[in-house]
Amino acid sequence: MTLTETPPARDLEAGFEATIARNERIEPRDWMPEGYRKTLVRQIAQHAHSEIIGMQPEGSWITRAPSLRRKAILLAKVQDEAGHGLYLYSAAETLGVSRLELTELLIAGKQKYSSIFNYPTLSYADVGTIGWLVDGAAICNQVPLCRTSYGPYGRAMIRVCKEESFHQRQGYELLATMMRGTDEQRAMVQESVDRFWWPALMMFGPPDDASPNTAQSMAWGIKRHTNDELRQKFVDMSVPQAEALGVTLPDPELRWNDERGHHDFGQPDWDEFMEGVKGNGPCNAQRMAHRRRAHEDGAWVREAATAYAAKQRAVSA
Amino acid sequence: MSELSAEGGHGAVPLKDVPTGEGVTPPEPEWPLYEVFVRGKRGLNHVHVGSLHAADDRMALLHARDVYTRRNEGVSIWVVRADAITASSPDEKDPMFAPSGDKVYRHPTFYDIPDNVPHM
Repeated sequence: MTLTETPPARDLEAGFEATIARNERIEPRDWMPEGYRKTLVRQIAQHAHSEIIGMQPEGSWITRAPSLRRKAILLAKVQDEAGHGLYLYSAAETLGVSRLELTELLIAGKQKYSSIFNYPTLSYADVGTIGWLVDGAAICNQVPLCRTSYGPYGRAMIRVCKEESFHQRQGYELLATMMRGTDEQRAMVQESVDRFWWPALMMFGPPDDASPNTAQSMAWGIKRHTNDELRQKFVDMSVPQAEALGVTLPDPELRWNDERGHHDFGQPDWDEFMEGVKGNGPCNAQRMAHRRRAHEDGAWVREAATAYAAKQRAVSA
Repeated sequence: MSELSAEGGHGAVPLKDVPTGEGVTPPEPEWPLYEVFVRGKRGLNHVHVGSLHAADDRMALLHARDVYTRRNEGVSIWVVRADAITASSPDEKDPMFAPSGDKVYRHPTFYDIPDNVPHM
């Protein structure tokens, strides 16, 4: 309910632009251009879907964790991913969409999630590698989003980033522990890193020259860095971490460039990436089937809770 | 599907040709929306932290605990149905706030006090 009138229409767009120009945040009930709202819904909803689907690759290792300590850590991590999904659905809902509808769009395959979760987790070392590289790449993406122009999204990102740091560190520590183990364990770590390095680089999306709408997102303050800038940052961060761990990164072109002050590196296989986005990655069908089943299996719980709430209301009325 | 932004969190997501779901009726009746407020520690106010859906008040409280206080972020939680909140207009230049706009004399800095007067 609103107690006062909204200002005249001609002031609305100017007011929005001025707020962005002052680097202030747009809040849910502010007027905003339809393109801004739609871009945000797509980005936040699919970010939320990624968190929810992201529970699957690691979740399957919970019952196979090698110790109670690792099991407790992994449980907490996977629970966090669910929490991140909920923070993000909550932010998306402030834009006038409903969580149930977004879930339906995910299950119908109309909205996407990050392709990284379409790769299988073949060994326990993958739990560590996902924490180190996949969550490390996610941190590169998400830290700038804490300053994104849409208030609820930025606030959700601040919470997510605080928790993501635990995810990355537990992964790196897991790998470091294995590297201090047997030759076989070290080989498991290297094999895992070899499989995840290129998909991790793909997480930043196609190169800037193939991203024509980046400029609009940056003008609106939704996006703060280009795909290539973030990818470079991630590579520069990861190289010394790999050295400290004692693993090699599977890129023959990877070397320090003194002139640029950055590492040069090779390009991932973008055809493989696009196949994943289209739904043809190694585990797409499995991930979607699992998500659909979880939603359908949960239907009776939702119905029962609704019926119980109605009954309680009737009793107290 | 050429446009994929890195900033989809855990990896690039497409920002073109994706339906937003705006204006579509949900496939099943949705649980009411609750706004969640958390008191971080004794001595602080409850602060709005986000929202969630729940079938009833008690479920809202339990879900709020699981979603918003997994790391000792709070000692007390309020949940309130979003449709029970009455709000002012979002515009910050709203005439609603005009009564306080021109009353500079309500601020201590309005008054000149000589430098040699201590503790004021």
